[in-house]
Amino acid sequence: MKFVDEYRDSATAKKLLKAIDKVTTQPWNIMEVCGGQTHSIIKHGIDQLIPSAINLIHGPGCPVCVTPLQAIDKALEIAKQANIIFCSFGDMLRVPGSEQDLLALKAQGADIRVVYSPLDALKLAQQNTDKQVVFFAVGFETTAPTVALAVYQAKRQQINNFSALVSHVRVPPVMQQLLSSKDNKVQGFLGAGHVCTIMGYHEYLPIAAQYHIPIVITGFEPVDILQGLYLCIKQLEQGKSEVENQYSRVVNQQGNQPAQQLLKQVFKVVDQNWRGLGEIPQSGLALSDEYAQWNAEQRFLVATIKTQEPKNCRSGEVLQGLLKPEGCAEFAKSCTPEHPLGATMVSSEGACAAYYHYRSHHV
Amino acid sequence: MCLAVPGKIITISGEDPLSRMGHIDFSGIKKEISLAYLPEAEINNYVIVHAGFAISIIDEDEARESLKAFQQLDQFEDEL
Repeated sequence: MKFVDEYRDSATAKKLLKAIDKVTTQPWNIMEVCGGQTHSIIKHGIDQLIPSAINLIHGPGCPVCVTPLQAIDKALEIAKQANIIFCSFGDMLRVPGSEQDLLALKAQGADIRVVYSPLDALKLAQQNTDKQVVFFAVGFETTAPTVALAVYQAKRQQINNFSALVSHVRVPPVMQQLLSSKDNKVQGFLGAGHVCTIMGYHEYLPIAAQYHIPIVITGFEPVDILQGLYLCIKQLEQGKSEVENQYSRVVNQQGNQPAQQLLKQVFKVVDQNWRGLGEIPQSGLALSDEYAQWNAEQRFLVATIKTQEPKNCRSGEVLQGLLKPEGCAEFAKSCTPEHPLGATMVSSEGACAAYYHYRSHHV
Repeated sequence: MCLAVPGKIITISGEDPLSRMGHIDFSGIKKEISLAYLPEAEINNYVIVHAGFAISIIDEDEARESLKAFQQLDQFEDEL
């Protein structure tokens, strides 16, 4: 495939590995904040190919993993009700709520459907006017605009049997939270390429300056990640802390302006609870007051549901880079993708699931 | 979840900018994709697609430049 194969070329990867080897003179901790990158790193064994001095920390870059238990419980409560078609991206179905997951509820007869796009859910609402259609809106800034347009069109076309259960999260505030922590080990970041496709990278300039940390906006193919690492390590070795753009074929500094405008119109920035990390100020998006009528929380009276996170899962430490998945006593024992204790084992983009699938611990 | 894949715009339908759709070829698999966020997108553009939406036109000059840079890596190494 054009624009994919070139970035999976092993000869280029080998050249980059050699360049990384040459430029690295001391240990560095580098975090990627995107589950797609985590998946690619583990799948291709990038963390095992680079010098052992480079420690890759898999950050909170999987929106499925950081969606709070409370949001799952609200989803279950809505999906349980009569006359509902509950729509979700596929990877949310197996995330455990307090008592069960959406897949189990579907097996019991609830009308829960996996959709590719929020626009598919909107279409279902137009085709099923006697039903309420709810879309479970999770994801980072990459995904939020797709929900924004669905809700905008619902208002414009008065599709009143459509609503969204929103639990969107923003990347820059969690990076700041991690960097402010006294336990912080992160010395450089690979920036999330597709989040920046929408948002641009101007938001990262003050973070790089304030915390003296290089941030390299990076793509997802092995060659992209190796080049992102090379650029990041080179900056660290030279004592620089700049925002660089490895993924320039897709990302520019301003980002996608029409998407940002609609985000601003449909959503407001709110404090948000992250699974495993707790509440982070200004790190979430909720429907703005103008679109409150399409807010599923209010329509189905689930706004007051409050749930405590379980104590036996250490995903919070994994997400902060304080623990590698295999360092957890439950990993691949009581916690597996079939029976996950926490969300980092559920989604294929979660660090624990990626280690489980691509490393041989479980065999 | 932020997975997005490149595809080529084959045809475009619709007038209203927010309802404009592109028929997009992902190496043989074709799908209708919203072009709401790429009002400037044209037929034959390669775009990055996420959750039913084209979110960026691939800058072919930038792609060519970066590939050229990879080819010259040996030279870079000598400068290190």
